[in-house]
Amino acid sequence: MKERTKLLLIAGVFLAAYYIPWDHALIRQSGLEAFMMLREYAREHVLTCLIPAFFIAGAIAVFVSQGAILKYFGSQASKILSYSVASVSGSILAVCSCTVLPLFAGIYTRGAGIGPATAFLYSGPAINILAITLTAKVLGWQMGLARAIGAVVFAVITGLLMALIFRKDDAARTTGQIYVPDADDGKRTLLQDGMYLLIMVLILIFAAFARPASDATGLWPMIFAYKWYITVVLLSILALMLKAWFTRDECVNWIDSTWGFMKQIFPLLIGGVLVAGFMLGRPGHQALIPEHYVQSLLGGNSLWANLFASVAGALMYFATLTEIPILQGLIGSGMGKGPALALLLAGPALSLPNMLVIGSVMGVRKTATFCSIIVIMSTIAGLIYGSFAG
Amino acid sequence: MEIKVLGPGCARCQQTEKIVREAVAETGVEAQIEKITDTMKIAGYGVFGTPAVVVDGEVKSVGKIPDKEEIKAWLEP
Repeated sequence: MKERTKLLLIAGVFLAAYYIPWDHALIRQSGLEAFMMLREYAREHVLTCLIPAFFIAGAIAVFVSQGAILKYFGSQASKILSYSVASVSGSILAVCSCTVLPLFAGIYTRGAGIGPATAFLYSGPAINILAITLTAKVLGWQMGLARAIGAVVFAVITGLLMALIFRKDDAARTTGQIYVPDADDGKRTLLQDGMYLLIMVLILIFAAFARPASDATGLWPMIFAYKWYITVVLLSILALMLKAWFTRDECVNWIDSTWGFMKQIFPLLIGGVLVAGFMLGRPGHQALIPEHYVQSLLGGNSLWANLFASVAGALMYFATLTEIPILQGLIGSGMGKGPALALLLAGPALSLPNMLVIGSVMGVRKTATFCSIIVIMSTIAGLIYGSFAG
Repeated sequence: MEIKVLGPGCARCQQTEKIVREAVAETGVEAQIEKITDTMKIAGYGVFGTPAVVVDGEVKSVGKIPDKEEIKAWLEP
């Protein structure tokens, strides 16, 4: 950070402290909302949802071989495979956003070309396991599912469109040696790795199992009543697997990488929750931004509301996962379900800063096309989802 | 000897740079260490994954934080 930036920052904080009418009823209410929302996250979402998801993300980063996946992005790889792998591999490769851009540049200049590269660029941040899990937990499973499906479908369509529009200059790419991360010589079979991840996903599902409606009968209330017993059984199976199949070093690496994700993401998420709470409040509670503004801009499911949500999402920068509390606040203040999905689909993949980096890799014209495709498709997806979900 | 650490500046890349510097200091080899953060330059080496370490133009490791012992082996003439 430059000295001048620091000075400006301190001056800004000072002026805010000096002039903001802290004792005004609205500010007090907003401040209270910020911490009430933080408490809601701490009580409802951290232990049962985020912590297991962090462990899964850590396991994926350590145990899933990146080399095995990346070979599908080489220039010799079959096109169909490239696109399908690109559209789903974000869930495995891109838990850390800092891996997305170099990998994108590599695929674009040396590997499978602009189509798979842009498909990967879009799907990477949009479908990582942390984002989808927390979306489903906080905003409802319908929204989580719509986000996951939307992200995969969008990735393929965006990639194909980009490849079609710019099919001529694909030939100008340089060729040369490419280096992918070493594939580990597997000590476990694919089945063992799969079972191990499956057990963790099951732990996540049962631990986060929502209380069913009070008049519900049949399977759901029964699962809910026994969810902690099921979770404990699953945890013991996990412990046995770790003891039987994994070395001590591997477990240490796993914990290290999980801890790395937590360090990186928790502070950002806490900040995001506080800001969202201060500005928008919990659902049904008034905070700084009056609800009728949100309702008039983003309410209902009009073309305008959807378009506004996609454009705003595309320009704004959301640190990992912070889009979720912000959307929760917006929906509570009257944002429609359609525009909410539009923002989720356009938001995390695009932001002004990362458009600049993408621009330096593939030029202004292609970047503009890429962004327009995503904004238009997000708007359409929002309209469709809004007409179903109301 | 010329060592380049490729990575956009995430935690893993910084850790790699730190370990490389330690390894060079411990072996006492004359080496210039450069951190490359520019996305296009990184792609120019053809690496699919960061952090990556390049020694005298040869890609030595990709997508992982190398061990210190591993780095020392690369530094031997």
